[in-house]
Amino acid sequence: MSNYYQPEIECASVEELKKIQSEKLVAQVKRVYENVKYYRDLMDEKGVTPDDIKSIDDLHKLPFLTKADLRDAYPYGLLGTDLKNCVRIQSTSGTTGRRVVAFYTQKDVDMWEECCARAVMAVGGTNEDVCQVAYGYGLFTGGPGLNGGSHKVGCLTLPMSSGNTERQIQFMRDLHATILCCTPSYAAYIGETLKDMGLTPDDIDLKAGIFGAEPWTEAMRRDIEKSLGIKAYDIYGLTETSGPGVSFECEEQTGMHINEDHFLPEIIDPETGEVLPEGSKGELVFTSLDKEGFPLLRYRTRDICVLSRKKCSCGRTLIKMSKPMGRSDDMLIIRGVNVFPSQIETVLLNEGYSANYLIEVDRANNTDTLDVSVELTPEQFSDTVKDLSAKEKSLANAIKTMLGINPKVHLVAPKTITRSEGKAVRVVDKRKLHD
Amino acid sequence: MSVKQISVFIENKKGKLAEATRYIADHNINLKALSIADTQDFGILRIICDEPAAAKEALMNGGYITTVTDVLAAAISDTPGSLASILEVLSEANVVVEYTYAFNSSKAGAYMIFRVDDNQAAAAALAGAGIKTANQEDLF
Repeated sequence: MSNYYQPEIECASVEELKKIQSEKLVAQVKRVYENVKYYRDLMDEKGVTPDDIKSIDDLHKLPFLTKADLRDAYPYGLLGTDLKNCVRIQSTSGTTGRRVVAFYTQKDVDMWEECCARAVMAVGGTNEDVCQVAYGYGLFTGGPGLNGGSHKVGCLTLPMSSGNTERQIQFMRDLHATILCCTPSYAAYIGETLKDMGLTPDDIDLKAGIFGAEPWTEAMRRDIEKSLGIKAYDIYGLTETSGPGVSFECEEQTGMHINEDHFLPEIIDPETGEVLPEGSKGELVFTSLDKEGFPLLRYRTRDICVLSRKKCSCGRTLIKMSKPMGRSDDMLIIRGVNVFPSQIETVLLNEGYSANYLIEVDRANNTDTLDVSVELTPEQFSDTVKDLSAKEKSLANAIKTMLGINPKVHLVAPKTITRSEGKAVRVVDKRKLHD
Repeated sequence: MSVKQISVFIENKKGKLAEATRYIADHNINLKALSIADTQDFGILRIICDEPAAAKEALMNGGYITTVTDVLAAAISDTPGSLASILEVLSEANVVVEYTYAFNSSKAGAYMIFRVDDNQAAAAALAGAGIKTANQEDLF
């Protein structure tokens, strides 16, 4: 079984790929230099001109972009074309500073959907398949991305969005869904619900799943595969570059092929920014080779992983990345939502609490849990439970508004949050997300 | 007509109440009455004692979050229905009761402590119904 959406690219020789990448890079750098003042300034500051970029071997000369640049340039500063040429935005959750708003031209949307189509075909998808998309739709890239990929392959697409699990299973059974796309934790939850409903994998027709938007382990993969009777495949992406489909797993299930004709990867030392040789563990950096709306060059993902060009049995020559092994910043991914501790801190300070807090993330019944403990100040204390419970609730609501996910808030006594060197330990992630 | 109640924030964790009451004992505070309200996360320990100002200071020095609230102490007779009568008077006077607990003093007899939304209105209504309310000095 080898299904390619664009075999001429997916199975091209490394030389051909590099040629395509180099041509696209040269043109993209020129375009960005002309259209994006923010990046032009960075290049000028570094003394690099578009003429210095003659092939992908010159990539290292370009300046990096970071999340901080996205914040500084929000919302239009990194726009690569006239707004009138853009047809869509997608966004991550979060405040103005942390929110990523990415712009897409129609060509960008098509390219993104083609990347997802490659992922759908890599798990065996054809126009005879029924593809149930249970990622969230809306600003989140998960739903729209896989929806588009499924269309391009010609699958019958069920745009379910997430939630309402029993109905998901009903549609899955009635319409004989064969491919499921959602977050791995939701897939695990669907598996459990199936069991709770007294059903077995034999009662459904699923054969494969495309699961991403959050870290998951090989152990989770085995559990999901067993509970749904499928093969479970990983998919990777980020709103900054497009969304899911930046890389995807094939039948070998040993890492994700990067759509490197669109997203040129590098691994760098997160401390020094130095480019590391293939096979090294480091921070993943992407250069969008043909994005028009939001053309990020050398964007630091903060995901730590390893790249490999080892020959793959699926026949694809696209370079493979390992599952991300961690982050080089403090970002957490909770229920598929990117969360920075500083976002929670901002809410606490706005609501009049101290900056002594503890964020605990765990996973119960395959769903991430978020607990925020914060030290109560004397001014906030009241002798009635009603008042204090209302405070907890209002804080939980404020955090929910900021992040889009519901936390459990706990008021605790002063000086009870463990401090190391005087500073509170702010984050405890009890999930086992990496093998 | 009201008495001083000290409230202390206590985490709902093993040993925390013992720790707080031991601290109170070590500072020579004699608990005359107390009640505890609790949720899954925390409890509020409410105390009536003879030296509320000193007690509050001692607790605060010990890092406890405390607050002093004026609460109502209504004399209650040792007969069926006496609590119901008090609550009926308060209800008719549109006074909202947040919580209540019992207090017994060797000097002054039995009282119910009431945390209400309007101490003055409550005291007036109770006085009108012939129910005695106490001041701090009446109790000790």
